[in-house]
Amino acid sequence: MSRSQARVVVTGLGATTPVGGDVASTWESLLAGRSGVRKLTQEWVADLPVQIGAPAAVDPSEVLPRVEARRLDRSAQFAIICARQAWADAGFSGKASEAGLDPDRVGVVCASGIGGLTTLLSNYDQLLASGPRRVSPLAIPMLMPNSPSANVSIELQAQAGAHTPVSACSSGAEALAYALDMIRAGRADVVVAGGTEAVISPLPIAAFANMMALSKRDDDPTVVSRPFDKNRDGFVLGEGGALMVLESAEHAEARGARIYAEIAGAGMSADAHHIAQPEPSGRGVVTAIRKALADGELSPDDIAHINCHATSTPAGDVAESTALNTVFGDRTPSIPVTAPKSMIGHLLGGAGAVESLATVLTLHHGLVPPTANVDDVDDDINLDIVRTTPRKLDDGPLAALNDSFGFGGHNVVLAFRRT
Amino acid sequence: MASTEEIREGLAEIVNEITGVPAEDVQLGKSFTDDLDIDSLSMVEVVVAAEEKFGVKIPDEEVKNLATVGDAVTFIEKAGS
Repeated sequence: MSRSQARVVVTGLGATTPVGGDVASTWESLLAGRSGVRKLTQEWVADLPVQIGAPAAVDPSEVLPRVEARRLDRSAQFAIICARQAWADAGFSGKASEAGLDPDRVGVVCASGIGGLTTLLSNYDQLLASGPRRVSPLAIPMLMPNSPSANVSIELQAQAGAHTPVSACSSGAEALAYALDMIRAGRADVVVAGGTEAVISPLPIAAFANMMALSKRDDDPTVVSRPFDKNRDGFVLGEGGALMVLESAEHAEARGARIYAEIAGAGMSADAHHIAQPEPSGRGVVTAIRKALADGELSPDDIAHINCHATSTPAGDVAESTALNTVFGDRTPSIPVTAPKSMIGHLLGGAGAVESLATVLTLHHGLVPPTANVDDVDDDINLDIVRTTPRKLDDGPLAALNDSFGFGGHNVVLAFRRT
Repeated sequence: MASTEEIREGLAEIVNEITGVPAEDVQLGKSFTDDLDIDSLSMVEVVVAAEEKFGVKIPDEEVKNLATVGDAVTFIEKAGS
């Protein structure tokens, strides 16, 4: 195959999500259509207008030693857990040099939507209650949004650069796009990339609820997140994240690494429309999809599956469907799509990473996980939504897209390919 | 007022809680940085926790003089007397 740019492949996966503490359990839950949304049990939920969320299935305190955990914001705890899984999955052990890699050729790109917000809030509480002396000297290194990325670079001794794209709910996908660029530009051979988020706490829940972004349904928590369904009324806040090892195909092939899929291209755009509302025609999304296809040297006819952003908000899901119909035309209703947020909720800065990981596994296993809770498809949605049971994809070469959009009008679309 | 050994034990508990260094390693002759591998940020946490536990004030400019566990114990003894 002759391609104009260096090929970049996925060789390692790590995740901790509301439906599983690792990649295998997360994937199994997605295929089974199992929801991670539940009633929150913390004392502070009592006064909140929304009392459900999708907490991590495995609490980081069950994985990390206490002393290590106490120096890290929860978002960085997730990042360290994901990085260790992905690193081992790629066949590496120890620090970069111990794994036989040149540390100057190993990078990290770990995104965040809102950074160490809960660390900020708990230290502010401490300041008000006990005075400035009780503010932790670790507050800043823990709350800075680049903390997950920096901690992963320290963990792996990765020295090609540690970066943190911030674009709200598209941050995790933007991290993968940034990593793709790093490898194509020759700045690294191996990049650990993705995103995490950990803001299930009263202030973010109140704020998202007040902006009418969260579902206010108070029936069975597992049916609340219902992308594309007529009765959807907002997203469910989730937490966790995913990191993948991206590697130049040349580097991966030279060491005989297992290749899950190729990350073929990335497309980005900005709606330049409204700070929180999606642009109704989906023109920014259309631009991002077309750029991703062009960057991956793909045509719309090559796309066999789309992992949608679909958060379960009334306006957003329709805008995405409209955009997909603009790009794919008459073929749209024959492309199987899925919406993982129906089961894991919305992981904000972790969403694009976890859902890209699901897209990679969909190509790898040839199975599209179902979307939960689509009982009655909205009349304005014209898509082939996989429901109830997984859908098998054809054998042979295939390509798929992952859509990720963020407050602020950020659109990031990634193209993955199975060769 | 607590004895030297009581202060050392109390300090050892704090160091263990914050850094994970085993409490029995926190002996009077040990250097916080060279022997116990405690970085400057953790040292501030140890100092603030010690202030609370022993009811003393340890000014920032004093912290750099507390090279060993023994230095800290002596300072706390004097400050509390």
